[in-house]
Amino acid sequence: MSPSTLFAATGGFDPLTGGEVMVAQNIAFAIMAVTMLVSAVRMVTTRNVVHAALYLVIVLAGAAGVFILLGAEFVGVTQVMVYIGAIIVLFLFGIMLTRGSFGDDDGVDGERRSMAAMVGALVLAVMAAALVDTFRDAELSRAQPSLTADVGDLIFSQYIVPFEAISVLLLAALIGAIVVARGD
Amino acid sequence: MYLNQFLLLSAALFATGVYGVLARRNGVLVLMSIELILNAVNINLVAFAAFGNQPAGEVFALFVIAVAAAEVGVGLAMVLLLYRNRKSIDLAQIDLMRG
Repeated sequence: MSPSTLFAATGGFDPLTGGEVMVAQNIAFAIMAVTMLVSAVRMVTTRNVVHAALYLVIVLAGAAGVFILLGAEFVGVTQVMVYIGAIIVLFLFGIMLTRGSFGDDDGVDGERRSMAAMVGALVLAVMAAALVDTFRDAELSRAQPSLTADVGDLIFSQYIVPFEAISVLLLAALIGAIVVARGD
Repeated sequence: MYLNQFLLLSAALFATGVYGVLARRNGVLVLMSIELILNAVNINLVAFAAFGNQPAGEVFALFVIAVAAAEVGVGLAMVLLLYRNRKSIDLAQIDLMRG
């Protein structure tokens, strides 16, 4: 985080924007961001796979909170229903059905882990430098939260072809998953 | 609120997901890390939608959620098949196609 971002996240007074600092939103964002980051790091480092799935639930719930904070309530609710409601259950079933292959231990070796940490740190450094350089003090506009009706209108007018393609993709993925996983 | 708050959070989640994909050997955990990456992308899309006041970003976030659901379904089916055939989901042992 840049110093000004950190300053705003703690709810301080920002002289650049004429004092209109959204304190409550910034505090909420700070709490959710810290929770999400800690849970994400715990998820990729914990040795217990079930715990990793539960940490993923916290990250996804935090993301839903961030969506609502950004005024995208429909995406937030969809996130809760699809991710936390369906995908996590799928993951837990997958973990249960493949139990015993690893036990509780993932067996991460040291060389692999340090290389992966290096790549991750490099990705983060490059992206953070580019973002801070490009959107230095860009503020989110303070308009109304977007209406679900507008999102629906857009899906069923301008983006109707991708929407239909997604429907066919989901059907194909469903049939494909059944065919692949079916015991014969 | 600054746009960069959300973009940096998303970048950190993305990097964590990349670490998970590269470091873990459990197939299910790799799929979970991919979900982390897709979620970071969604935060970016929604943040830019709020930044530009255009709901199109939210539409694409919904598309990404749908594609992620399809990906998890097929991916877990493949992991289950792998487990059934080789009694292991250790990705370091899946080297049949290594030259």
